[in-house]
Amino acid sequence: MVENQVPATIKNRLQVSCYDCHSNNTDYPWYSKIQPAAWFLEDHIQEGKDELNFNEWATYSDRRKNSKLRSIISQIEEDKMPLDSYTLIHKDAILSDEYKRMIIDYMTALKDSLE
Amino acid sequence: MKKVKRTLGMMALAATTVLTVSCKDVNKNEPAAPMSNEMHQESIDDKDDMAMNDNQDAKAEAILNDYFNLKDALVGDDNDKAKQLGATLASTLGSFDASSYSDSEQQELKDIMEDAIEHAEHISESDMAHQREHFKILSKDVTDMVAITGTEMKIYEQFCPMYNNNEGGAWLSMNEEIRNPYFGDKMLKCGKVQREIN
Repeated sequence: MVENQVPATIKNRLQVSCYDCHSNNTDYPWYSKIQPAAWFLEDHIQEGKDELNFNEWATYSDRRKNSKLRSIISQIEEDKMPLDSYTLIHKDAILSDEYKRMIIDYMTALKDSLE
Repeated sequence: MKKVKRTLGMMALAATTVLTVSCKDVNKNEPAAPMSNEMHQESIDDKDDMAMNDNQDAKAEAILNDYFNLKDALVGDDNDKAKQLGATLASTLGSFDASSYSDSEQQELKDIMEDAIEHAEHISESDMAHQREHFKILSKDVTDMVAITGTEMKIYEQFCPMYNNNEGGAWLSMNEEIRNPYFGDKMLKCGKVQREIN
């Protein structure tokens, strides 16, 4: 998404709220060193990355970007992401209504520009 | 007594060895049998598609057929059936052969298939509301595919303006009569024919 010149506030917000599971820059928590939490976590992060990996954004076709943006918007709108199990520990990842609006508006504009 | 124990121990060891060896033997023989079974079964399951195609690659028609079956499951509000048919469609999409098209068409078809497979896979593991969200984009993918591949079938592109808070949603059908896959029983006849293909 970098090549799309993401505004700094949104980029920071995405990094805090999404990048642990949706990029190659996972900031592994202390419990990632303890089994079975580590297995559970690894599985989880792999699943997250398969679904959406911001590091691979540039390799997605416009059609696929469009689909991904649509999913991001609906997941955030419906409060399905970030996952409750994640925000339980990462309080700073919780999206305020203001940030939700900001991200959704940005993603919607980006999506419309691809159509 | 000690000797008896040792003998017993040896016997146990021997038995274990025999068991291990025989397990290995079974394992060695196994792959051949079930694999041929599976392949046999697959070819039976695929009979309908096979009859339509000259080869094993999925043609646009096979994809359309799977898509229409999926659409009907959504019209019937059948979550489980839609899951199954989503998985079927995903595998048909995966075996699509684009080699007979031009380079630019192949690229476009590759993008379409990649995207469509993802939506079909999601449909195979989601609740109804989510299935319908993915079906909307899947419908666009399939429509774009037909624009490139063409088809012998007579197809109607239909549109319901009310889906997803009046965002609207289109779909393809073989019947002119409206049966709404986005609302199912709730608003079965909401929509109109937007375009006829062929």
